[in-house]
Amino acid sequence: MLEEEEDSLESETELTDEQKIEIAKWFLLNSPAGEIQYVAKDVRAILKDENVYRKAAEEAFPSYNKSHLICLELPNRSGDVLVTSFGEVDKDEYLDPRTAQVAIVDHVKQACKEVRPARDEELPSAFVEEYRSAMDAEIMKYVSEAYPKGICSVYCTKGKDVEDPGSDFELVVVISAARHSPQNFCNGSWRSIWNIEFKDEIQSVEVRGKMQVGAHYFEEGNVQLDAQHECKDTTLIQSPDDSAISLVNIIRHHETEYLASLQTSYLKLPDTTFKDLRRKLPVTRTLFPWHNTAQFSLTRDIEKELGIGK
Amino acid sequence: MEAAMGLMRRIPPKHTETALSALLSLLPHHSSDLLSQVDQPLQVLCDMEYGKEFILCEYNRDADSYRSPWSNKYHPPLEDAPQPSPELRKLEVEANEVFAIYRDQYYEGGISSVYMWEDENEGFVACFLIKKDGSKSGHGRRGYLQEGAWDAIHVIEVGPEEEGIAQYCLTSTVMLTLTTDNESSGSFNLSGSIRRQMSMKLSVSDGHLCNMGKMIEEMEGKLRNSLDQVYFGKTKEMVCTLRPPAELVTLPDS
Repeated sequence: MLEEEEDSLESETELTDEQKIEIAKWFLLNSPAGEIQYVAKDVRAILKDENVYRKAAEEAFPSYNKSHLICLELPNRSGDVLVTSFGEVDKDEYLDPRTAQVAIVDHVKQACKEVRPARDEELPSAFVEEYRSAMDAEIMKYVSEAYPKGICSVYCTKGKDVEDPGSDFELVVVISAARHSPQNFCNGSWRSIWNIEFKDEIQSVEVRGKMQVGAHYFEEGNVQLDAQHECKDTTLIQSPDDSAISLVNIIRHHETEYLASLQTSYLKLPDTTFKDLRRKLPVTRTLFPWHNTAQFSLTRDIEKELGIGK
Repeated sequence: MEAAMGLMRRIPPKHTETALSALLSLLPHHSSDLLSQVDQPLQVLCDMEYGKEFILCEYNRDADSYRSPWSNKYHPPLEDAPQPSPELRKLEVEANEVFAIYRDQYYEGGISSVYMWEDENEGFVACFLIKKDGSKSGHGRRGYLQEGAWDAIHVIEVGPEEEGIAQYCLTSTVMLTLTTDNESSGSFNLSGSIRRQMSMKLSVSDGHLCNMGKMIEEMEGKLRNSLDQVYFGKTKEMVCTLRPPAELVTLPDS
């Protein structure tokens, strides 16, 4: 009977290649931080179809790499480049604003193949660059203090050709810190994206932040943390150096607060949050009387007789 | 199959259902292996005759119908479907009643079901299931959780009685997800699944139900504790490795 059932299931659900690609992409995109290569290996083994796998990988890896803000080492030892949508020049080309280079990456191998100098039109004007590089210098100091393995980058995403005060422009600060220790069955990542809009007319800077933290522990089990938070702030436009200092203070303040709130969430777990799922001890505060369950049927009979049972 | 189990260890536990149905469609010829090896969040049906909900699993299923532990009838009705022996059914009824009280004392709500059936070697198998929705809108007494689900599956193989002693092999799985969400701290979700085994040789003088119940209670306590202390603790450690808390870093101005 079982075989019959499986046969009918098979004929009913014969998947098209497109459907297989979609499923494979779903698995790849849902890989925890730092684990897409392991997931890819399993997906490949299950599909047993190189063409389908290659198509799925070609589509899934670029979006995974960008959303996880992965960091790749530049081949000429000039540092690292973050793969982000803000620095995307072309599908495989990512700008590193600090060194004014463009990395050509292999998404599926998660490696940087070569590097070329950025073209003038890929870089912001001297005026915007002054703000960007001041911001970059400050944020680097902060990240090296706060994140043992943090990588950061500052991009200009709007108004990069603005030549002098009087127009709006936008910078984006990206911070990415990842830890992979498969030998300890643990991986994790912290990702922050700060949109910083310089609004000339009102002489103010509007800041929008999004922080995302993930962790995966998988020794004899599978437990994952997925936390995120968004926040907003504003400050006044000042000189490039002063703006950078006050903006980094804002970022430091919000990120420190967020870390504290994460710790509070963890602290609350054992006695409040987790208790709504299952208590440590019964409401009676003693172990369940398995040796004397007859008492329950007695109570139940009485309840039934009095008509107060459920 | 190995690759499929590999994926299940990595995909976020809150996506287990989607992942399983994806694997079933990719590997139709492994469907029975997948269904028996991958634990998925428990589903519920209502037994209209008793006005009570019961939990669905592979152990009370025949074709597309599920047997209710309350009325002992299949939903939807099914002819010639398997039933436990009258003697075992008696134990099943008692187990359901007692386990519902146990569940209420630890979970302050939720649904439970117990199923039993004879196995080939003169013993029997019992499956104890608990499903709890601990969210604000569900049975969450304290109202902390935006979303909160706990599913526990305990399968006990009871060997034949020999000189007053029986062997009990328990395999327990807990799957859970909990989310808190508020303006000041954003959304915080922990989800997980773990499985453990325990074997014991016990005198049957106290009765099977007493022996099985004690084992389940001990196991649930251990699982809850290791999720809380070890598993959640490890993810917290990871967060503090990524960004050490302020007291561990020298502040620039101090």
